[in-house]
Amino acid sequence: MSAPTLDSGTVADGHWHETTQNRKGFFTDTSICIGCKACEVACKEWNHNPQDGNFEILGMSYDNTGELGANTWRHVAFVEQGKEQIEAARESGRKLVNLGMPSIRPRTDETSGPQPVGGGLPSSPQLDVDLLAPGALDPVDFDGVDTTPPDTADFRWLMSSDVCKHCTHAGCLDVCPTGALFRTEFDTVVVQADVCNGCGTCVAGCPFGVIERRDDGTIRPPTDRSGEEYPLDTEDIPNMHTANKCTLCYDRLVEGQTPACAQTCPTTSIKFGDREDMVAQAHERVADLHAKGLTEARLYGANPNDGVGGTGSVFLLLDEPEVYGLPPDPRVATKDLPAMFATAGIAALGMIAAAGLSFLGSKRS
Amino acid sequence: MANADCIVIQGSNMAECHPVGFQWVTEAKARGARIIHVDPRFTRTTAVADKHVPIRAGSDIVLLGALINRVLTDGLYFEEYVRSYTNATNLISDNYLDPEDLDGLFSGYDPATNSYDNSTWSYQTDEAGVALRDPNLTDPRSVFQILKRHYSRYTAEMVAESCGISESDFEYLLESITTNSGRERTTCFAYAVGWTQHSLGAQFIRTASILQLLLGNMGRPGGGIMALRGHATIQGSTDIPTLFNLLPGYLPMPSAGVHDTFDDYVAAVGTPETHKGYWANGRSYATSLLKAWWGDAATQENDFAFDYLPRINGAHGTYQTQVRMLNDGVDGYFLLGQNPAVGSANGRMQRMAMSHLKWLVVRDFSLIESATWWKDGPEIETGELRTEDIDTEVFFMPAANHTEKAGTFTQTQRLVQWRHKAVNPPGEAQSELEFFYELGKRIRAKLADSDDPRDRPLLDLTWDYPLDEDGEVDPEAVLAEVNGYYVGGEKDGQPLDVYTQMRDDGTTAGGCWIYTGIYSGGVNMAARRKPRTEQDEIASEWAWAWPANRRILYNRASADPEGKPWSERKKLVWWDTDKARWVGADEPDFPVELNPEAHSDVPFGGPSQLDGDDPFIMQADGKGWLFAPGGMVDGPLPTHYEPQESTIGNPLYTQQNNPLRKIMRREDNLSAPGAGFPGSEVYPYVFTTYRLTEHHTAGGMSRWLSYLSELQPEMFCEVSPELAEEVGLEPYGWATLVSPRAAIEARVLITERMTPLKIGGKWVHQIGLPYHWGVGGKGAWVDGDSANDLLGVTMDPNVFIQNGKYVAGTALPGRRPRGPELVDFVEKYQREAGLTPESGNELVTVPPEVVDRAAEASSPAHTGGHNERGGDSAVGVTPGRTYGADESEDSGTASAKGYSAPTDSGDSAGSGAGASGAPEGAGDRESGGEQPNKRVDANYAVDGDPTDGDPHFGYDAEGNPYTPVDPEQPANAWEYEKNARRRAEQEEEEN
Repeated sequence: MSAPTLDSGTVADGHWHETTQNRKGFFTDTSICIGCKACEVACKEWNHNPQDGNFEILGMSYDNTGELGANTWRHVAFVEQGKEQIEAARESGRKLVNLGMPSIRPRTDETSGPQPVGGGLPSSPQLDVDLLAPGALDPVDFDGVDTTPPDTADFRWLMSSDVCKHCTHAGCLDVCPTGALFRTEFDTVVVQADVCNGCGTCVAGCPFGVIERRDDGTIRPPTDRSGEEYPLDTEDIPNMHTANKCTLCYDRLVEGQTPACAQTCPTTSIKFGDREDMVAQAHERVADLHAKGLTEARLYGANPNDGVGGTGSVFLLLDEPEVYGLPPDPRVATKDLPAMFATAGIAALGMIAAAGLSFLGSKRS
Repeated sequence: MANADCIVIQGSNMAECHPVGFQWVTEAKARGARIIHVDPRFTRTTAVADKHVPIRAGSDIVLLGALINRVLTDGLYFEEYVRSYTNATNLISDNYLDPEDLDGLFSGYDPATNSYDNSTWSYQTDEAGVALRDPNLTDPRSVFQILKRHYSRYTAEMVAESCGISESDFEYLLESITTNSGRERTTCFAYAVGWTQHSLGAQFIRTASILQLLLGNMGRPGGGIMALRGHATIQGSTDIPTLFNLLPGYLPMPSAGVHDTFDDYVAAVGTPETHKGYWANGRSYATSLLKAWWGDAATQENDFAFDYLPRINGAHGTYQTQVRMLNDGVDGYFLLGQNPAVGSANGRMQRMAMSHLKWLVVRDFSLIESATWWKDGPEIETGELRTEDIDTEVFFMPAANHTEKAGTFTQTQRLVQWRHKAVNPPGEAQSELEFFYELGKRIRAKLADSDDPRDRPLLDLTWDYPLDEDGEVDPEAVLAEVNGYYVGGEKDGQPLDVYTQMRDDGTTAGGCWIYTGIYSGGVNMAARRKPRTEQDEIASEWAWAWPANRRILYNRASADPEGKPWSERKKLVWWDTDKARWVGADEPDFPVELNPEAHSDVPFGGPSQLDGDDPFIMQADGKGWLFAPGGMVDGPLPTHYEPQESTIGNPLYTQQNNPLRKIMRREDNLSAPGAGFPGSEVYPYVFTTYRLTEHHTAGGMSRWLSYLSELQPEMFCEVSPELAEEVGLEPYGWATLVSPRAAIEARVLITERMTPLKIGGKWVHQIGLPYHWGVGGKGAWVDGDSANDLLGVTMDPNVFIQNGKYVAGTALPGRRPRGPELVDFVEKYQREAGLTPESGNELVTVPPEVVDRAAEASSPAHTGGHNERGGDSAVGVTPGRTYGADESEDSGTASAKGYSAPTDSGDSAGSGAGASGAPEGAGDRESGGEQPNKRVDANYAVDGDPTDGDPHFGYDAEGNPYTPVDPEQPANAWEYEKNARRRAEQEEEEN
């Protein structure tokens, strides 16, 4: 079984299947990112993605690509912060540790016990299961350790390379009506451009805003899909009018290669490997930083209890996810389907009852 | 670097400009090292450092000098190291006077030539020439005491006042480097063009060298000073140079009238009579080079064709050449991987100069601005140039890129790595090797029937390289020639293994002595790629490092005087008593069988006379130089001078600027008046230029690529919120930036990453300017004004690098005027400031009586000293200098140059010599400068040209050209040559 942190329910419902490969993923350690953007460039080069934007300064520090989208599958955010924000981040990070939650906030609305029929989500794994790396759940013992953060700066410049999360419960995959999106043998989520009809349902299905259609916003039939709206680019643009996102370099993985972004990253801020190892490394690193007093460090995506069941791409952040443009509590859209179905069912029954009553009423009148 | 316990990055934005090398900083940090970034700006390097120390550009010597002062006075130096491995114990001439005595000048100043006679800087010696020493370090003439006095006024308060660094930050820095130095720990410094691009950049590096020697951080793992080179194989193009004054392996270019015979020349390189380091074998290196180039035509009888080598008669650096172009003194110009229209200082001067050429060849990937200035450059827009008036014929030759050609890259750490060709170049694009091979073939074919003796050097060249399957020169054949081989005898043609095999009798040939061994045994050592998992951390089987595959230079210093490692933690090479040889993880950089206790009474005689505790084997005396008796033209000890155009008075001396800086008094190269002069308030802010990760230098390799252009699409300036408020700049709006040379426009990034500094009671605002954009060019995704247009040309006297890091200017909101109005706009500011070619260009600002005192001190204290052995050697330096003057009159070469520098451990050469990076090319090609001397001033050629920067051939206060000092001096180079030819003909007739 590829993903030991998943239970059978997940496998059944998250488009998981038996493979000979371990689940692959990234660990992006933003604390050593130097914002060189080599990942963005290597990604576009390898995947032949068109350039983004209109060659004008964006007004977001050194960030001029803005966000993940159809063409930019790795995106480096630049965030300038003053002392107050640094202290707040340090405090919020410390709380996470003291709560024994080095990951993002725990889900409180998780239901346990038998799942409703047709429900999309598995039961919550018990906390006594070895979900996290050794010691990571234990509040760090600060006694005897100098936790004075070294040289609290008056200012810092955060850099973080974002990427598709390759969720355990992938919203895009769940809602895709054509089956263009599939889960690979590496347990990553990939679009098949030749199957995608460009309907765009997945765009709304992604809680992170990652996947996007490559076009100018209008729908065109496959017979009329050319690259005209990218006049700046002379090269043929592949996969126009279909949904596009990071494939975790599926074409490289099948050859036993490392994804282009991780391969090119000069400081090993982007690490690639078995997801299990990535999560373990991430926990080790966050514990290490906390021991040095850098309590602002926290993980994102490493918690299998979050709204998407944890992500294949795990991040070490130095502030709240919102600061980096990441949703603090991402929830896969289909998560609420059971409840919605139930509610809808009740509503429907109610409507029927009301209708019946109205008929009864009319008879009476 | 990964082994460092503390890394100070100063004068470099390493993470942005050397991201790949920065992995070792990341690694060191992961192992627990403390990273400190000293820089005017908070950059991407700072973002991952432990500490940012903002500094006023150009004040680095004050900071480093204050660290030296505290290290000395608080006894924080590594005493045993200092005593044994440096020249701290040497006694200096009694006639030496320090800037502390002369208000900023050193003894030996000659106002007539604006140069130093360094005879008073020399060691005291006994009659036999053996240097006198004071092992107690208490003699007032000892280097140690002189050093102490010299830096006594460089204090923490001075640092606060002059650099804008708080006392607590200073203490933090001091504590960091001193607690991380010594037996158990090492500190590393890293710098780049933030140190070199100043009018005293080489001295910045010298200051760091002194500090690192005092702390015992040279020649040891995790120590040294990393000279970060600006782009791929800039190091290589210094080793096998594109510099006018060097031949491969840091051999000097011979000078006309000075090195008339091979013996004269070899004396300047180094002989056993003058050296005990490896430069003593200079004759073998030079002979082998000549044999490699001219083969059978180089014989013992004709001094190995020494006369085939061209001679230089002055400085022929980029900026001097520009000026000569402006004077119609240059016909043609090759631009190879260089875009001076955007990348060189004072861009307008560069473009105007090119308009005087008869022909111009641009080899590049695309039509860069330097290829199209004649139709769409900024001067076409302003009307200063009209296309129909320009006679320059421009040829564009497409160039192969690095994936389309094989060859080597030599990086910062002297590691030479082979690069295989991945694909053939498209269309007619060619590699440099192919281009020059073809060009040579055609020229030789044209000259084949010539019997003119001046064509012999070309016709006799060994131009017979084997071709590969594509019909191109096999680059490995060139590597084999560079490596060297035996000539004649039973080993004829076999590769040499190490440079000590080179001979001076013509039985060996080799294109670059320091690269010998790279093709040892006929194996391309540079192509070795044994994975790190299969070897130790030194990774001696990954590629090949010059010299002799040593990874850390001067690594003898990693062991104590007895030959034992200083500590287990920092051990690298050591003396194995049983084997009676030096052993260790790295290749020992020392005579391998020389016992640590060995001692020679002879101060010269080649490597065999090295003492067992002389780790600095390329220095004539085997010691690391705290005090540089020779090698630096502008003083034996680094002294703080304010940058050209500084708005701050020198807090230490009446002498405001470096008196020896190379200036160009020209109407098209005006300077701001400088602190205290009326008009300086017109240009109140400081521009400092830099690069971004997303772009490559002048943009030739990045603005034509959409993936890179989109990441930084527009020229911008970085300003602090305080300055933005003062000037009225809007976030991401437009600003116009005006310097005494030009005005440009840029988008505005207001950021707290820029910090105003309180200097001498007033706020100094620095404005950051990346310099990647240009106007014109064909097909670039993005364009914009070039920051380098703002720069003036004022140069470091040692290596001729322009000052790009401190430029006076002003800023205002909105976009700049267009067309001819732009010229008026710039001139309006010039008039307001009252600028003339004299402004800011006063060289000496101390009272005349001080100059007299400085000039009076000459003659060395003791006879029998170095002077009579030939100055250089006195102190030995490398060759690399010396045009003009006989050896007794000048001394060493830039110790900030090449292998001679005591500046590194893991790192090499380069130091001051190597302007890497910005502005592209210019500095690179400039570096490794020469010294002036009485006969030929290094800053101008003997061409009587009043405009190429000689302080005595300039403009007077009215702007009229000075009359040349020597009325016999011909008006220009052509006249000079004509006269010389006429004289030669006359002599012939008389005979």
